[in-house]
Amino acid sequence: MIRLVGILVGLGFAFVALISFAFGIGPAFSVLSEHGHFVEPTAEHEFHLEAREPEGGFAFEGPVGKWDVAQLQRGFQVYKEVCSACHSLNQVAFRDLTQLGYSEAQVKAEALTWNVPGIDPDTGEDVMRPALPTDYFPKPYANAIAAAAANRNAIPPDLSLMTKARHDGTHYVYSLLTGYRDPATFGLTSGETLREEFPEFETPEGLHFNPYFPNLNLAMAAPLSANAVTYADGTEASVDQMAQDVAAFLTWTAEPTLVKRKQTGWWIMLFTLFVTVLAWFAKKQVWAPVKPHRRKD
Amino acid sequence: MSFPWARQYTPSNGLTRFLDEKLPLPRLVYNAVGAGYPVPRNLSYFWNFGVLAGFCLVLQIVTGVVLAMHYAANGTVAFDSVEHIMRDVNWGWMLRYAHANGASFFFIVIYIHIFRGFFYASYKPPREMIWLIGVVIFLLMMATAFMGYVLPWGQMSFWGAKVITGLFGAIPVVGEGLQVWLLGGYAPDNAALNRFFSLHYLLPFVIAGCVILHIWALHIPGSSNPTGVEVKQESDTLPFHPYYTAKDGFGLGVFLLAYFLFVFFMPNALGHPDNYIPANPLSTPALIVPEWYFYPFYAILRAFTFDFILPAKLWGVLAMFAAILVWFFLPWLDRGPVRSGHYRPLFRKFFWFGLIPCMAALFYLGGAHAEEPYIMLSQIATAYYFLHFLVILPIVSSIERPDPLPYSITEAVLGSDKKAVLGENAEPVAV
Amino acid sequence: MATTTATPDEHAVVTDGVATEGVRRRDFIEIAAVSAAGIGGLVMVYPLISQMAPSADVLAESTTELDVGALEVGQSIKAIFRKQPVFVRRLTAPEIEQANATDVGELRDPQTLAERTLADHPDLLVVMGVCTHLGCVPLGAVEGENKGDYGGYFCPCHGSHYDTAARIRKGPAPLNLQVPDYSVNGTTLVIGEA
Repeated sequence: MIRLVGILVGLGFAFVALISFAFGIGPAFSVLSEHGHFVEPTAEHEFHLEAREPEGGFAFEGPVGKWDVAQLQRGFQVYKEVCSACHSLNQVAFRDLTQLGYSEAQVKAEALTWNVPGIDPDTGEDVMRPALPTDYFPKPYANAIAAAAANRNAIPPDLSLMTKARHDGTHYVYSLLTGYRDPATFGLTSGETLREEFPEFETPEGLHFNPYFPNLNLAMAAPLSANAVTYADGTEASVDQMAQDVAAFLTWTAEPTLVKRKQTGWWIMLFTLFVTVLAWFAKKQVWAPVKPHRRKD
Repeated sequence: MSFPWARQYTPSNGLTRFLDEKLPLPRLVYNAVGAGYPVPRNLSYFWNFGVLAGFCLVLQIVTGVVLAMHYAANGTVAFDSVEHIMRDVNWGWMLRYAHANGASFFFIVIYIHIFRGFFYASYKPPREMIWLIGVVIFLLMMATAFMGYVLPWGQMSFWGAKVITGLFGAIPVVGEGLQVWLLGGYAPDNAALNRFFSLHYLLPFVIAGCVILHIWALHIPGSSNPTGVEVKQESDTLPFHPYYTAKDGFGLGVFLLAYFLFVFFMPNALGHPDNYIPANPLSTPALIVPEWYFYPFYAILRAFTFDFILPAKLWGVLAMFAAILVWFFLPWLDRGPVRSGHYRPLFRKFFWFGLIPCMAALFYLGGAHAEEPYIMLSQIATAYYFLHFLVILPIVSSIERPDPLPYSITEAVLGSDKKAVLGENAEPVAV
Repeated sequence: MATTTATPDEHAVVTDGVATEGVRRRDFIEIAAVSAAGIGGLVMVYPLISQMAPSADVLAESTTELDVGALEVGQSIKAIFRKQPVFVRRLTAPEIEQANATDVGELRDPQTLAERTLADHPDLLVVMGVCTHLGCVPLGAVEGENKGDYGGYFCPCHGSHYDTAARIRKGPAPLNLQVPDYSVNGTTLVIGEA
């Protein structure tokens, strides 16, 4: 009885699934024969570029990577002087900056240059006060509505977790910042140009073309220009350099424990490997007397 | 029940004698996973995964209890409290990554455990009850994992909660009311988050209870084995301890190496970047997918696109639940007189060339965009999935002629019973 | 039970010419594997315990800074240090006199006022507002509160009286109100750092 009902139920589900298949196959193959693809090609699909890595990569990458502290400091400077005008850094506190090689006194002095919302101790009114190391980085806009109103309805996202919140995030940030192009002349290395393949593609007024952005058009104008900041350590502030530095800094803000994690991992992996090898020999020893030794006869 | 030659526990000193009389816990352990449990001598490494699953459960409970000390189940602070764990709590980053990846590894282990059961037909009599409890554990695990994934309150958490509870909305008449009741609102919010946290904390202990039943049921017929031939004599078995404790110890080491590789070197590889964006009820991610371990069932859900008598959405929901519920009936769907796939030529072909590619396809398709050709492929895979368990298995198992079985486990291991020295290994080697 | 009475070692002797050495090596490896795994397990307990210690954000708040420039003689500030009340008081001349007139030898917790203040700021008394008996907040820091029989602080929970130097004089508390580590930098009082 169970088997009979089972066969009926099985045939039923399979039948309905195959009916869905039968009704989907026609439209799917008509798209295929028309475009050579199951999905109608779109500019977003054909001309979107995967994030690329800068020449030389990043110091923190790989299983033994370490922070380049000087780079993180430069990246912080880029965030402070460029990005922070629109983007918040909610998860990061000034005290965290000691991890970038700043002394506690330097962090305190740095915090004092930022204003955070506070309360007047005498009147209880909302005021802005200089930040303390325990404070978090202040938001550039009081709330989402203010952010949207100031940016043509596009809310600048918080940057603290940006490199973890995007696929291949560090490279994405670097690529996006260096990836602004002119849509009129943009083409792939294969020779296809956007203008020829998708003549109707447009970058609306107020948006900016960037092939590393999933939509190809984003609200943020190219934020970096050569020498937008003056690095204290004398490094030349090219767009590529600043993009690398701020991508590194945002990797740190997204996961300050990244390097410690890998270092801890090495010790734990090596120890586990050692114990596992011991366990293998122990297992062999335990099993030695009962091993299936077929006798020759 | 146990085999008559099982070693008996003898308390060796005053304390154990006292315990044995008042609360025979040492005896229980001895008979459950000690020298008092005779186990077939021919178990392969596929039989390691039960113990590994138990380890994963303990791992998840321990790391979970600790994370709950820092987590706050409130929509306004949940996301930040997880970041607080990652940044400020001592070793919090490690505990959270251990818990998140622990869930994935728990499912890897449990899928291997289940597919071991499929191939060796471990569900067949006399082990039906072990199998049934196992499927219940799997369902509980899915519920626990789903609710756990909601807790960080990122974009995938929020939209996952919305989509999965939306499945209940497909049920005719009561569906919509049911969904609102489940969420305690019209969309996921504090009420949903709080109840998910409460249940996410509760269910693992329910699972632990079911695991005890699972092991209890296991000890009545004893463990199955790769030949599928039941234990006949003492030379067929070895005491669990030290033989299988040693083997499980080594297996655990290998498991931990793979697990630590993910925890410390690619902790986010199995997660989704969108969950690092705080939940936003006004913006849907481009691609909503559950965690990878739900992919096969998600693919089945999405495979139904045609309103055949019932709405397509309802078909998808029914099929998704049926896909797991069908496992409950396996002991009665498989009529074969032989258990192990090693001796079932036709069954084996359908396993390796039917079920495994079908599951692999469903795993891939569940994570793919809902577009062609993925939808068509998932429709074929879904059809095969149901045909395999409900049509092919009953028919193949009743018509196929199995290969000759060895007389006993001892013969399978040593060539012939006569060549085995009886009693040779009856005494376990003391550690 | 076993059908043979041979113990494992006897068995080993029969089958293995170098039995004794074999047994010793086997034991060594098994003990080594189990001990190493045990050490590993213990190491993994460490993060489980240390996660309960104060987190980085709590530790970062472990100092409190107060501006005491405007604190006049006879005035008190009730502030928060590590989530606990702290009393800062600019002592009056009579209070200092009264504290110094007390015979230290007779005190339950003998301390002079000088030992409880900084040499540069002998009139600035900084004490935790936590009764050393069971942790209630004593009265006396706010104008008009009961200052107890000795003109300092009075704990209403179980009736501990502290004098003007916040030393225990009467009641169940065993110790004087605790003086936290602090320093004065210009007009800024930094509590939590000596």
